[in-house]
Amino acid sequence: MAKVKMSKKATSIDMTAMCDVAFLLLTFFILTATAKMPEPLPVDTPSSTVQTKLPETGLVTITVGKSDGKEQVFYGMKDRAIREGALDYMAQKYKIDFTDEEKANFKLIDEFGVPVEGLKQLLAMKGADRVKKGVQSGIPCDSINNQLQDWIQGARLANINEGATKELQFAIKGDAKEEYPQIKRVMDILQDQKINSFNLVTGLRGKDY
Amino acid sequence: MAELNTGDGGGKKGSKKVRSKKSNAKVDLTAMVDLAFLLITFFMLTTSLSKPQSMDLGLPDKNKEDEPKDDIKVDQKRTMTIIMGKDNQIKWFHGLLESPEPGGAPTNAVYGRNGLRKEILKRVVSVEEYCKTRPNNKKGDGLIVIIKPSKKSTYRNLVDVLDEMAICKVPTYAIVNDITPEEQKLVDEMNK
Repeated sequence: MAKVKMSKKATSIDMTAMCDVAFLLLTFFILTATAKMPEPLPVDTPSSTVQTKLPETGLVTITVGKSDGKEQVFYGMKDRAIREGALDYMAQKYKIDFTDEEKANFKLIDEFGVPVEGLKQLLAMKGADRVKKGVQSGIPCDSINNQLQDWIQGARLANINEGATKELQFAIKGDAKEEYPQIKRVMDILQDQKINSFNLVTGLRGKDY
Repeated sequence: MAELNTGDGGGKKGSKKVRSKKSNAKVDLTAMVDLAFLLITFFMLTTSLSKPQSMDLGLPDKNKEDEPKDDIKVDQKRTMTIIMGKDNQIKWFHGLLESPEPGGAPTNAVYGRNGLRKEILKRVVSVEEYCKTRPNNKKGDGLIVIIKPSKKSTYRNLVDVLDEMAICKVPTYAIVNDITPEEQKLVDEMNK
């Protein structure tokens, strides 16, 4: 008799607790996951076997890529305080006044690629329009008009003014098909400011490479 | 495991009312749990994979144009030069270009496990052995790889070679941008 009863009980399991746990975990993962922002200049990074991750803060990313057949350089700062400081530095240097609203808007931009003269127009746009193709033309970084250098300088000064104990780190995110001189030009700009150590952003490669 | 609720249990018409009431008391959660775990797996995998990797690169101080260059002389037996050309071509040589070491004459190679890596690994071992036999050997002396990317090489090539350095644990390596006229001939051979 006992045998029959036991087999009857085992036919269905109470799933409520399991369901609770599963959804708790699901909620946790959804909340902790950082949503991927649309990139204004999508690049295909080369892959490597190194395992080091990029730092989350104190980082400046310089993206080198090609769009519409033209070489473009984009610039992104991770920390909002540094973004504000760098914008102030550029405003002073290029004598452009930004309103408080524009400054607040700029703090929300992860990455941009317009000359500082066109920054006002970019800030007036909606977020979705900014990432459209052809809107951002890249930051000038040739010998006549080297705004990239000024942005780097501004970010470093802002980092010091923030009272950061760590040096600002720079990462170069280049397209795999980009020719070496393009990357070298950015490296040279960094080296001109005595930044001799930086990161190259890469993707992950399989173990058996 | 899963309990299937089939409304009335087959042919018994008499006990229909009682049965349907009983089956409504519990909701079958199996499918819901399945879905939840599927989503969990998805989020776990995508969040950890989407973080970009990064490769540390340290370059030497840049020499100013007007300052005298301080050339550092190194043992030619320790140096291996890798020149990258267009379309993923590589040429490498061991020692000096005019008088390469035995088996180290300028050679074409390909990227990857069976190409460049074999040559580098071989030399990492042999040069370390050689360094140990020298009288004034310092700890950590070994192969020196000089990476010379030509103008037509891509960023992928550079990262690939730097990756080889990390895989092969080359003690010293440097990216050098000036290409000598003799080396330029090798470059032209690749880039024509």
